[in-house]
Amino acid sequence: MPTVHVFARDHINTDEIIPARYLTTDIESELAKFAMEDYDKDFVKRVKPGDIMVTGADFGCGSSREHAVWCLRGAGISAILAPNFARIFYRNAINNGFLALEAQDVAAAFTDGDEGTLDLAAGTLTNERTGQKVAFAPVPPFALEIQKAGGWLEYMRDHMPRDVEAQSLNVVSTEGGHGHAGQAE
Amino acid sequence: MGMTIAEKILAAHSGHDVLVPGQLIECATDWVLCHEITTPAALRMLEERGMDRVFNPDQIVAVPDHSVPAMNIKAAQMYQKLKSWVQKNGIKHFYDVGRGGIAHVVLENTGLMKPGQTLVSGDSHTCNAGALGTFATGVGSTDLAGAIYAGKVWFKVPETMLIKVSGRLQPGVTPKDLVLEVIKRIGADGANYLVMEWVGEMIDHLDMEGRFTLANMAIEAGGKTGIIAVDDTTRAYMAARGVTPDQYTEYQSDPDAKYKVVIEVDAGATEPTVAYPHIPSNGRVAGSDRIKVSHAYVGSCTNGRISDLRDVARILKGHKIADDVQMIVVPATQLIWKQAAQEGLLEIFVDAGASVSYPSCGACLGMHSGVLGPDDVCISSTNRNFVGRMGDPTAQIYLASPATVAASAIAGFISDPRAYNDTIGTLGKAGD
Repeated sequence: MPTVHVFARDHINTDEIIPARYLTTDIESELAKFAMEDYDKDFVKRVKPGDIMVTGADFGCGSSREHAVWCLRGAGISAILAPNFARIFYRNAINNGFLALEAQDVAAAFTDGDEGTLDLAAGTLTNERTGQKVAFAPVPPFALEIQKAGGWLEYMRDHMPRDVEAQSLNVVSTEGGHGHAGQAE
Repeated sequence: MGMTIAEKILAAHSGHDVLVPGQLIECATDWVLCHEITTPAALRMLEERGMDRVFNPDQIVAVPDHSVPAMNIKAAQMYQKLKSWVQKNGIKHFYDVGRGGIAHVVLENTGLMKPGQTLVSGDSHTCNAGALGTFATGVGSTDLAGAIYAGKVWFKVPETMLIKVSGRLQPGVTPKDLVLEVIKRIGADGANYLVMEWVGEMIDHLDMEGRFTLANMAIEAGGKTGIIAVDDTTRAYMAARGVTPDQYTEYQSDPDAKYKVVIEVDAGATEPTVAYPHIPSNGRVAGSDRIKVSHAYVGSCTNGRISDLRDVARILKGHKIADDVQMIVVPATQLIWKQAAQEGLLEIFVDAGASVSYPSCGACLGMHSGVLGPDDVCISSTNRNFVGRMGDPTAQIYLASPATVAASAIAGFISDPRAYNDTIGTLGKAGD
């Protein structure tokens, strides 16, 4: 069962997720060795494939480095839940078909090392120790389409140009998150 | 319904007459800016998928800037990957080491990027170019790959935050102080996903160099881009680069454009502001605490322009930096380096005891040429003070204007540059 790793602080930034000193490679397995190094040196020793991260707000702020997504995925992380994500990290996650899910107060519902069950259909992450279920906003349709295609480049290659505009990133969502409905009145 | 500048530019680049925030679009990119850190990954992705092509070699600008001159063999290989791709594909605008500098500042000065255009780059400070009335934003390597391949990127049309700046900056206070004050007020994610549009009396009187600093820092509030409407200052800046108004499109926000939020700031009440560790929103007035510094750094795409260097030189002239402070000054481009040399600024820096380095992102992101060690304390004109940003995770980074950095370097602790007001004259005048 996936272990849930708690990083409760807000504004965890890309310099902490993967420091610039490691940006001379873009190989996921290489980057994975240094994931979260400046925040928690031992994280890479504890994490195992399929694990889940829950974090504070504005996760992934700072630089545009996609290495932040790659190092976490490479380390085994299957999904990150946060109240909201910084913009570039969020689109990098979408483009990689990586699950970045918006859930209010999610970090408070877990103690580091708890086991969790992610139910994508139900839209919940369950804390197996306490039984508490935390709801997350549905994955936006466009993000699902990109995931299905295998990533943004595959989507771009395989679809007619106008297909993007038939899609939507808007979902009934958490306050202030990326998925909030546009003010299209 | 009225539209903002950003909405109008995005509409014009996606074949729409009207756009509303929240809508997904496929946006054409007029320019793609490539450096040697995020581009090699994009190129590898394209190669692996048999998509190795370039949508238009004349619309790509390539500038190695992060790890140049190469500080180790891996960095040299990243540079080689960028350069061999440039040569293979006939990328027209390549600014090699010795002919370029920091990519955003190189690009702004070329006249290539024109008002009304769009730009993406695999770099978060791409928003810098928004000061020219453009839509410019940072993306990851996958988006960069898509833009190189097809000249297209997907966007969710962002809402806009309007920042109205009344009054004028007081002597000793610079645009960097203003933007740090705004970020302090709205928070480091206060503009997450939003465009930050700057208007008002202070903006009307601000030179292009100061406008670039404002737009550049949008990402430090989480913004998608910063943007400033075209006016006579913009037109004069473009004209000085041989670009006339018939060669570009000017967009203005409609009077009834819809803004997500409106912020009002009094420039006259803004004070020299220092962002304390470890987040750019942690601003306090310069000199309010006695904080000893070991390092002082002037440079970056935010504050490495000629007006910044002049500010520093005005303060440093006739002074020595404190014995226990290491100061590094990095002109943002070769052209700025040359101009600083011609104006005698470099001599002032060297006489004061500062090291003058090659144009590069270098120490701003802790890659080379001034990386901070354990417990170092740096006052820096750069843009980000996160844990580990400039080197060791225990180092402390304080963000400030170039003037504050200079005053602090002399004193050996963080100081208010207004102490020099009688001798320095007006700060921040670019005078292009």
